[in-house]
Amino acid sequence: MLQQIGTLIKKEWLLEMRAKSSLAGILVYIFSSLFISYLSFKQIVDVATWNALFWLLILFTAVNAIAKSFLSESRGVQLFYYSLLSPQIVIISKIIYNGCMLFMLAVFTWFFYGIFLGNPVQDCVTFMITLFLGCFGMSSVLSMISAIASRAGQQSSFMAILGFPVLLPILLIIIHLSKNAIDGLNFNTNLKYITLLLSMNLMVPALAFILFPYLWRE
Amino acid sequence: MKNWWKILCVLLLFYTLIAGFLMPIPALPILNESIRNLYFHVTMWFGMIIHMIVSMVYSIKYLSKNDLRKDVIAEQFAITGMVFGIAGLLTGMIWAKNTWGAYWVNDTKLNGAAAAMLIYAAYFILRGSTDEESKRARISAVYLVFAFPLMLVFIYVLPRMTDSLHPGNGGNPAFGKYDLDNNMRLVFYPAIIAWSLLGVWISTIRVRIKNLWKQAEE
Repeated sequence: MLQQIGTLIKKEWLLEMRAKSSLAGILVYIFSSLFISYLSFKQIVDVATWNALFWLLILFTAVNAIAKSFLSESRGVQLFYYSLLSPQIVIISKIIYNGCMLFMLAVFTWFFYGIFLGNPVQDCVTFMITLFLGCFGMSSVLSMISAIASRAGQQSSFMAILGFPVLLPILLIIIHLSKNAIDGLNFNTNLKYITLLLSMNLMVPALAFILFPYLWRE
Repeated sequence: MKNWWKILCVLLLFYTLIAGFLMPIPALPILNESIRNLYFHVTMWFGMIIHMIVSMVYSIKYLSKNDLRKDVIAEQFAITGMVFGIAGLLTGMIWAKNTWGAYWVNDTKLNGAAAAMLIYAAYFILRGSTDEESKRARISAVYLVFAFPLMLVFIYVLPRMTDSLHPGNGGNPAFGKYDLDNNMRLVFYPAIIAWSLLGVWISTIRVRIKNLWKQAEE
């Protein structure tokens, strides 16, 4: 099973590399939205605003990057998977792949965001943990939502309609935690948020694991 | 006497309305007479949660049994649950204006309730987007079961971690501790039962109407 997941993740990566335009598209998307924020804000003094804007950028990047994970696959390709693999393997590999992808994009965003708008983060380790857990949380929610949206036969605007309300609790925890990391608070105060985020990161994939097979059946 | 609970519901509703406005209440600063809103505001949330749980249970039942009648029940209970939620928000807003000074304050419980409403709105939009009956039932059931635990995190876990203006959260004493005397309990508990029964009654009627419509179409 682990081997199958590994193969699927490798396949996703190969496909991504073969059609470089979609990855390049996301990078340009991030870069241009960063540039727009830079031109409209010039300088951000307030830490809370820095934090909120950063996570909004990540949120929109995530919706755009993950929307295609099921929406872009044709019915033929999906049928092919289903004849070969169990649905659980498909969703888990998607979650892991999208999580890694989103994490890389988030680090990229952080780097350029820091260059343009300054980097007030005091506790970089906690901030990295937040980025990592946050990206995997978003990826597990949005991968599942992408599957639902593709089943409903809808455009990617459906991702936002269905995804944002479900993402809200995760996003709130992330924003709290990352605000603490920026202010450099003691690690012990962050611990309860990290455990909460971690448990969400276990709960959501577990839900996806149970529910995805039902989306599949047709 | 198959309909004893409907009679009970009407009797209890009359009791709630009459006793709710006439029974003695503890004289408290700020709250004053507005404490009577307890019977109409807090009870809405009990009703909403009961409806949402029923709706989720029937979604799970649909997924396991593939019986479209279960889907009708899930949908109708979700609708009534949302009506209760909106009523809870409205009664809460009036109360907030008179005690906290504004219709909407940045409070975790308010945000959680609003997010729950958003999730259910997305659920109805998802239902409206597909025409094929069994497909619509399956996709929306999956979405509801997926979103429900995340909503519970928002409504039950997050308010306990952060400060809230509501009693019982973030250093504010719970209602039961100081304010709620035995006279109020005499009205409050029957009021919960009354409003919940009313909701269930409405939902069952709606389910029957929907089933009749479907029969007429066939």
